[in-house]
Amino acid sequence: MIRLEKRPQPSRAWSMATPLVAVLATMVMGGLLFATLGKNPVEAIRTIFWEPVFGEFAFYYRPQLLVKGAPLVLIAIGLSLGFRAGIWNIGAEGQYIIGALTGAGVGLAFYPMESWIIFPLMVLAGAFGGWAWAMIPAVLKTRFGTNEILVSLMLVYVAEQFLASMSLGLLKNPEGFGFPGSRNLQQYASAHNGEIIAGSGMHWGVVAALIAVIFAYILLNRHMLGYHIRLTGEAPRAAKFAGVKPARLVLFCLGTSGALAGLAGLFEVSGPSGQVSIDFNVGYGFTAIIVAFLGRLHPVGILLAGALMALTYIGGDIAQGNLGLPSAAIQVFQGMLLFFLLAFDLLTNYRIKLGTEGAL
Amino acid sequence: MDLSAINPVLLIASLMVAATPLLLAAIGELVVEKAGVLNLGVEGMMITGAIAGFAAAVESGSPLMGFVAAAGAGALLSLLFVVLSQIALANQVASGLALTLFGLGLSALMGQKYVGVKPPAMGRIDIPVLSDLPVLGRILFSHDIVLYFGIALTAVVWAVLKYSRIGLILRAVGENHEAAHALGYKVVKIRTLAILFGGACAGLGGAYISLIRVPQWTEGMTAGVGWIALALVVFASWKPWRALLGAYLFGGITVLQLNLQAAGVAIPVEYLAMSPYLITILVLVILSADKSNAPASLGRSFHASR
Amino acid sequence: MSTPPLLTIEGLTKAYPGVVANDHVSFTIGTGEVHALLGENGAGKSTLVKMIYGLVKPDSGRMTLRGAPYEPAEPRAARADGIAMVFQHFSLFDALNVAENIALGMENPPPLRDLAARIREVSETYGLPLDPFRTVGDLSAGERQRVEIIRCLLQDPKLLIMDEPTSVLTPQEVQILFQTLRKLKSEGTSILYISHKLEEIRALCDHATILRLGKNVGECIPAETSARDMAELMVGTALKTPERGVREFGDVALDISGLSVPAPSAFGTALKNVHLTVRRGEILGIGGVAGNGQDELLSVMSGEVTCARDAVKFDGAPIGHMGPTARRALGVLTAPEERLGHAAAPDMSLTENALLTGSVREGLERNGFLKWGATRAFAEKIIQAFDVRTPGPDNAARSLSGGNLQKFVIGREVLQRPEVLVVNQPTWGVDAAAAASIRQALLDLAAGGAAVICISQDLDELMEISDNFAALNEGRLSAPRPTAELTVDEIGLMMGGAHGMEVAHV
Repeated sequence: MIRLEKRPQPSRAWSMATPLVAVLATMVMGGLLFATLGKNPVEAIRTIFWEPVFGEFAFYYRPQLLVKGAPLVLIAIGLSLGFRAGIWNIGAEGQYIIGALTGAGVGLAFYPMESWIIFPLMVLAGAFGGWAWAMIPAVLKTRFGTNEILVSLMLVYVAEQFLASMSLGLLKNPEGFGFPGSRNLQQYASAHNGEIIAGSGMHWGVVAALIAVIFAYILLNRHMLGYHIRLTGEAPRAAKFAGVKPARLVLFCLGTSGALAGLAGLFEVSGPSGQVSIDFNVGYGFTAIIVAFLGRLHPVGILLAGALMALTYIGGDIAQGNLGLPSAAIQVFQGMLLFFLLAFDLLTNYRIKLGTEGAL
Repeated sequence: MDLSAINPVLLIASLMVAATPLLLAAIGELVVEKAGVLNLGVEGMMITGAIAGFAAAVESGSPLMGFVAAAGAGALLSLLFVVLSQIALANQVASGLALTLFGLGLSALMGQKYVGVKPPAMGRIDIPVLSDLPVLGRILFSHDIVLYFGIALTAVVWAVLKYSRIGLILRAVGENHEAAHALGYKVVKIRTLAILFGGACAGLGGAYISLIRVPQWTEGMTAGVGWIALALVVFASWKPWRALLGAYLFGGITVLQLNLQAAGVAIPVEYLAMSPYLITILVLVILSADKSNAPASLGRSFHASR
Repeated sequence: MSTPPLLTIEGLTKAYPGVVANDHVSFTIGTGEVHALLGENGAGKSTLVKMIYGLVKPDSGRMTLRGAPYEPAEPRAARADGIAMVFQHFSLFDALNVAENIALGMENPPPLRDLAARIREVSETYGLPLDPFRTVGDLSAGERQRVEIIRCLLQDPKLLIMDEPTSVLTPQEVQILFQTLRKLKSEGTSILYISHKLEEIRALCDHATILRLGKNVGECIPAETSARDMAELMVGTALKTPERGVREFGDVALDISGLSVPAPSAFGTALKNVHLTVRRGEILGIGGVAGNGQDELLSVMSGEVTCARDAVKFDGAPIGHMGPTARRALGVLTAPEERLGHAAAPDMSLTENALLTGSVREGLERNGFLKWGATRAFAEKIIQAFDVRTPGPDNAARSLSGGNLQKFVIGREVLQRPEVLVVNQPTWGVDAAAAASIRQALLDLAAGGAAVICISQDLDELMEISDNFAALNEGRLSAPRPTAELTVDEIGLMMGGAHGMEVAHV
């Protein structure tokens, strides 16, 4: 008979090990999944995890790692602050879209003027857009006690419609021969988020992601506000007793995660993607939820998890091209990862005991 | 703009069709939440039910087989939630999100070869005299059987929760799991059954979209209906009949905005398409003040320690 | 005992990781006997009754019920064998009504309408009137206990287990309960009565088994044994009673006047026109049955709930509008009842928990940045000064035993040199030695010139340490009176007397 026994305190070793165990378990189960799809599992796993970093065309894929990883890390860092405090922003996808729209909107408003000030203004506008969009659930929660999970999620669908309206209307490229989508910002120097070092994949979004990681690390480990965030998540009543104002924390956590998601959107639209279009968003806002959990809501962990998840995106693309692995299979693979992580997390707080003595 | 193109009889009849997936999913989730569990995976279970039901109906040629398969698939997926939330004692919010993300991926994978396929049609009930009644016959007595099943299910869930012993035990578990355990009730077992029921209902709701409402398969076709169903449970204040009312209200909004789009109202299509989501938010705001009916143990993990 | 044995327990043992909760415990309960199970917190009483009630399986040992082997697999089996239990923390469902609650505790309940009639009948017979259709969350603690008792009585129990039943009752309500229990006994029902209150046991029980650290350390006939002898058996050593010393009262430090606060939640208590003052050097004891506004009163003083500026004054200055941090800066400190989750965060280390209230007065932050070294030193200081048993400040709060965590929580506030300290249930669930040291710390603090308010449901504790006594009843606070002048009856009346409960028709 198997039973669970609560540990006197969380195990640090397991807390570090569970993500690795989860990744291994996902590889095994993912392999089985690929096998049922008629693909060679070993080759598929190798293509996803090995090819992008060490394969023949790694010189092309390695920069991609930064390009795909940066938005994931940027968004996940923001989400992790709220998740730690029990404030669930799951509408980062919407904030990402709005950040991209406001940021790109500011840039396009200046077209064709060239000035160094344009890009910084776009960055501010992007962060502001995401922040403002996240403030809707935040204010509704603090004022009316509305569930932020549902509101932030509903706003994703609203943002998607808004994006469609913008790329067909206000932001549509007047010289685009009637096709939906805005002007390409890659061809507008003052608004282009280009590579800082050519061929490295390093754009301003990557820099912002690294700064966010450091900022979050200091906040959580060295600052009262970070302590209050952790305390609120662990024991909300104790946090109130310590003097935390829950409403302020809701505004801060949702606002920060919204601003970071907005930034991610702006850096994407002005860089790798280049233009506002109907299907500009590719689900980074949702994948970032997996990244946040896989990184154990820890800034450094999120950095690693973001890199890993970027790998599965790129590797998945390669596997799609080389092996004909459907892109949805990668989505399933990523979902599986979160499953295993949550399941194995049990070992952090509980011991598994085999034995017959006493049934609890 | 031509508002006269909107036929009120058809509008009400199609409102009921639009409301049914919401109703099925919401009733399932209502039972789950009454047992003290918050399963945010409704969207994932719905979309999985949608494709599983679609595939089964296409392969077997029988829509009814499709619904059976959809209920099974929804329940199977919810079993993963059971493992995470009841056995591994993971955070319920995170587990529900995992279920949704996984379900969206899984359905996309399963549905690849069904894009563009036409499913077998579900027959409408034809009650000799009633169905031929003017207006009422079209509105009330000429739908498919699943629609009536949804209404019957609401009645059954209401009666079971209110009058039966199993309903009382379910409410007790959701209210105070420690006390229920102390009295000797199997908290995890009862919750597991509730979650499976919720999964089966969500699966049915999903299949209703892919087999009857639309009817075809496209990726991500549930488009947030699962999330609206979650909001509906709050709106209903955990009462089955209010969930029915809410589902019809939302069904009405959806159908109305589609009709307005078709009629070419001056409001851009995108803004009409936003309206169900915006109204969901509005309703949540209005009704959030009163949480007194929420089960007291909602969302809390239970482990029988000493 | 001359009566035939009902339940015999032989060598019952149950071990949990790191602790043997019951170590070869044996005793016999006779038919129609009121048998006391006496022991301190942590002596293993709860584990023992959980084994009898089928909630926990023993590792070894035997139980015999009416001559036949008795091994209940679950509470349902125990109930089928005629064993019923009234829990210390009631196993009730706030949102359900009385009849529904009772139905949940029965195997084959009759239809609700018949059940309601039976509830009325039984409750009248035993002098415990109860309306079957009231929502349980709205009942007082005493009424909630009645729900539990009637739930048991409806099943014609042969053995009724009562776990610390008087902790939620006023002295008057205790008398009514005892009459009910005596009536049951006269009808041949056996009662296993768990308590650490010696006088009660002497008044009620025929026989007592005493547990200490999981072992059976003695038996006695309470009526023929002095309370002192039983106490020594229970605790193991002669206890040192805290020294009160002579204290001078100074100026009024905390002054609450005309304070009314609405109930924080559906089943909470509203505070109604509360007045109190406490002077430096004084310990004000606040008694009352659980759920009469204790938590709410503490949260108003801690600043978790704010109120009108002038309703709470410190040294004459209004502080009612201030939050917890501002009040701590002034020296108004508090220690809530619930240790895990309110006074401390269970999964955080003791160092992090030291920061929880210590940041302001101990200077553990600068411009919002934390000084972990100083915080750790503060935690170590608490651990040392209050003899907290733990391997070190890096251990999680939840890894500590209740008594040790309580010492940490009280120590954390005492070491911050409070001007006013408010504690709620400072020794709840704490063993006698730790309780004595906590009470001594409160007395020392007052002797040093601080004003202390001790909210407690343990009247003995309040009698021991407080200079003045007031009682909370349904959110109202009685006028404080010098403790030395009060009799038990008067205290009971201040707490609300019998709350209109009828005396049993015996």
